[in-house]
Parts: sequence; structure tokens; C-alpha cells
Amino acid sequence: MSEKIFSLFSGIIFGTGLVISGMTNPEKVIGFLSITHNWDASLIFVMGGAIIVTAPFFYLLRNKNKSLLGLDINLPQKKDLDKKLFIGSFLFGAGWGLVGLCPGPAVSSIALFEPITLIFLLAMLSGVLANNIFIK
Amino acid sequence: MYNFTPISALTGGIIIGCSVVLFFYTTGRLAGISGIFANVFTNKSNRGSNLLFLLGLVLGPLGYFYFTQSTVSFEITNSFILVLIAGFLVGMGTRMSGGCTSGHGICGISRFSIRSIIATIAFIFTGVITVFILQQFGFYL
Repeated sequence: MSEKIFSLFSGIIFGTGLVISGMTNPEKVIGFLSITHNWDASLIFVMGGAIIVTAPFFYLLRNKNKSLLGLDINLPQKKDLDKKLFIGSFLFGAGWGLVGLCPGPAVSSIALFEPITLIFLLAMLSGVLANNIFIK
Repeated sequence: MYNFTPISALTGGIIIGCSVVLFFYTTGRLAGISGIFANVFTNKSNRGSNLLFLLGLVLGPLGYFYFTQSTVSFEITNSFILVLIAGFLVGMGTRMSGGCTSGHGICGISRFSIRSIIATIAFIFTGVITVFILQQFGFYL
């Protein structure tokens, strides 16, 4: 039960951070990717701000194998730089650059009642399923 | 620099970082949104808490708008086809590479994961190229 409450709170905090950061606006993300024309470096500050907080904690907690709630800590163990890592990142980058939405802001922008984000989320789900059926 | 908002960007980023730490410290899992989104639909384990995290992603902004009496702008292409293609690529690409801006870009880089650092460089690079090409065709003027 407490796992669910903490998940909800984590989501609320994450979504609040996203909206304050300005990244729920696709135009802002496109501005970051547009390095040759009216570049907007804000996104670096979003990622940087998050990493400044998370990196020390991950370091301090690196040897723990149980969480506060006694749940197993399962961190990704994969180390190899395989083809899927590159192709997947290229596909994601292309989709991200096309309209300026990545998964977090796409979910959070439901709060803005813009119907187009629901279309994006459905297309995103079909991409997830296509990967699971054809690639995985 | 155009539209540059370093203070709100940094503030938002720090808040996002706090969420990642809270989620990891309590549940033992990484707050990678593409993974959480995919698992809600394709994985029975942790489905409830994953769904609640996504619900929180929507409630957070709603609460922020309510308490601050503010709105934010949302400007996106009006091309329906572009949105469909983009969504599909984001869903497929993030599952192939195992992460998105949060999973690789924040969680992975914070853990000094080489895979995530390379993935982040790769998707930012492709995003930049994509925007550049679209601009040559007159998009995003």
C-alpha cells in the first residue's frame, strides 16, 4: 500500500517539476534542439538540475539492495553497447525532434486538455507494442 | 539566446530530481517514464504503482495550475500525421534502447551508466538533425 502512495507522490512531484521547468511545452523542447536557429538552452538546466540532486543519492545508495519499504532494488545490469541501444535512441530522437514530446511531458500534458496529446500517447503505445511484438 | 529560462528550468529540474530520489529510495525502482508507461500496459508486476505514478504526472500539473492560478503555453505542430509518426517512433525507440529523457538522460547519467550517456548523446543528436531538416522544409518558423 505504501509503495502505491509513494509512487503517486513521486509522480505528482515529477509532474510539478516538469510543468515548472517549461518542458511540457513542445515548442520549448524544439527550441533546445534547434541549435542553428534561436537556440534555447533551458533543457540543459532541467537535466542538470535533476542530475545534481540524483547523482549524489545514487552514489550514497549504491550498495543497498533493499529500498526503504523493504523492496528489492533492481538496477539495470546491461553494459554492452548493442545495436538496439543505438537504433532505439536514433528512432526516439527522431520522434522527439518531430514534435517536441517525450514520454514524461506527453503524459503530463493530459493536464492541459489538449486532445492531440492523446493521439500522441496512443501512437506511443502502438510503438511500444510494435517493439514487443517484432523486435524484443 | 531565445526564450531562455534558466531559473525555472533549474528549479523544475531540481524538483524532478527529488522525485527520482524519492521513488528510488522508497520503491527501489528507477523513474524512467517510458518504462513505467510501457509496463502499465504490458507487465502485470507493479501495475498499480506504475499507473499511480502516471496519474501523479497528470495531477502534479493540475495541482500546480490550481494553487498558483497560472497556465502554461502549449504549442505543437498542427500536423496530425507528424504527431502519429512521432508518437510511434518515441514508443518504439525508447523500448528498443531501454529509456527516454528520464530513464537514460536523468537516472542513467546520474548512475554514470555508459549506455545511458551514449543513448542520451544519440537521441539529442538525432533530435537536433530532425529539427534542422524540418526547418529546411519551412517547419517551426
